[in-house]
Amino acid sequence: MDNAGTQELKRTPLHAAHLRAGARMVPFGGWDMPVQYAGVKAEHTAVRERAGMFDVSHMGEFRVQGPGALDFLQHVTTNDVSKLKPGRAQYNWLPNATGGLVDDIYVYREASEDFLLVVNASNIQKDWTHLQALLPGHGVTLTDESDRTALLAVQGPHAETLLQPVTDTDLSGAKKNAYFHATLLGVPVRLARTGYTGEDGFEVFAASEHAERLWDGLLGLGITPAGLGARDTLRLEAGFPLYGHEFTDTIHPLSSGYGWVVKDKAHHGRDALQTPSPQRLIGLRLDRVPVREGYPVKLDGVVVGHVTSGTTSPTLGHPIAAALVDAHAAAAGHFTVEVRGKDHDATPTPMPFYRRA
Amino acid sequence: MTTPTDRQYMSSHEWIKEDGDVSVVGITDFAQDQLGDVVYVELPEVGRQVTAGETVAVVESVKTASDIYSPATGEIVEVNDALSGSPELINEGALEGGWLFKIRVDSLSADLMDAASYDAANN
Repeated sequence: MDNAGTQELKRTPLHAAHLRAGARMVPFGGWDMPVQYAGVKAEHTAVRERAGMFDVSHMGEFRVQGPGALDFLQHVTTNDVSKLKPGRAQYNWLPNATGGLVDDIYVYREASEDFLLVVNASNIQKDWTHLQALLPGHGVTLTDESDRTALLAVQGPHAETLLQPVTDTDLSGAKKNAYFHATLLGVPVRLARTGYTGEDGFEVFAASEHAERLWDGLLGLGITPAGLGARDTLRLEAGFPLYGHEFTDTIHPLSSGYGWVVKDKAHHGRDALQTPSPQRLIGLRLDRVPVREGYPVKLDGVVVGHVTSGTTSPTLGHPIAAALVDAHAAAAGHFTVEVRGKDHDATPTPMPFYRRA
Repeated sequence: MTTPTDRQYMSSHEWIKEDGDVSVVGITDFAQDQLGDVVYVELPEVGRQVTAGETVAVVESVKTASDIYSPATGEIVEVNDALSGSPELINEGALEGGWLFKIRVDSLSADLMDAASYDAANN
């Protein structure tokens, strides 16, 4: 089992609530986070079949404001932020100058000159430094709101039905990627119809001091608390890349098949992204043996890549994996993955592995 | 859950219990709870000679793979085949139906603990 080590771990505003709910806490990206409560499978199933909720307050929130906000975001990201209307959210990338990603992020447009960026917890400091370096001359104020922002993700087919009675806004009118102010359980929040599980659901932004009230209220609605373990199995089934696994500072992001995130516009790091990716991300399924990050992937006995994420899919009942392989090998019909010195058959499978009905 | 006093424990959470002229090995209830949902178990081959402290099996949960170390030096004489189809037996009863293998013991590991010491080490 992993040791926490001696580093000081940060705590979200819901730390005490997690302990009360019986969470097993683990270090994650510098934070002390719940990996599971009742169990990964039970939490995973709750999200797929009913509704679960995640504390994602460890993620970072940067506010970008000012007359140059749009131009700045156009410069530092790959997607076309000009297409993002106020009240909408957009998945986006922060490219570096050398063909990798500083981070993958979500951009929420509050108003014409007011944007919120949600960044990965482990990248908060790196992203901040990167953005600060590109900031001069843009007429933009950048504010780190991470410490005062709580973020909950309520995910699952019952999310809308459960939340509707405790909010003042008609949720049925909120399409995917909608972003709006509302009151939830009496607390002023911003709701976004976004998430990272492959299910319908909402992400709830609130001031940190309201986090426990929201959490307890959501528990009272019968929403199942879910930890990082279920978050990982859900996102892998849904084929979502995770920074640090499928994306890094050095992996060419077009390997992921998310080419639509790069639009034809001038932006930082553009030249490096014009080069073709030497690798491709593929999905694999195995019969029984789970494969883990780093395991070698072979074609005809020759190593052509490695597993970036692997688990046993709770929904499908068999092991699944994402693997980064050499581009020339990506279309092969059969691979093996080496597990503890033995090669096991692995069948290429399109991602996502799971898509909601 | 009380830790049974009829067997000995490794600090790495294996138990070993005498059963006639061989001994049975499994993982503790504490360990199965920490691992969470077990999805796969890789067992040693019958007839293999193992050394105390050597990696002899792997128990995989949804999240991680955990090495299982032999609490004794000796020969593997039987494995729990039921685990290949039903790895969840470990979660349902790590101390009984979820046992891993049987070993004809030449010598026990020098690092074994009794139940009280094991509990003290994990509280």
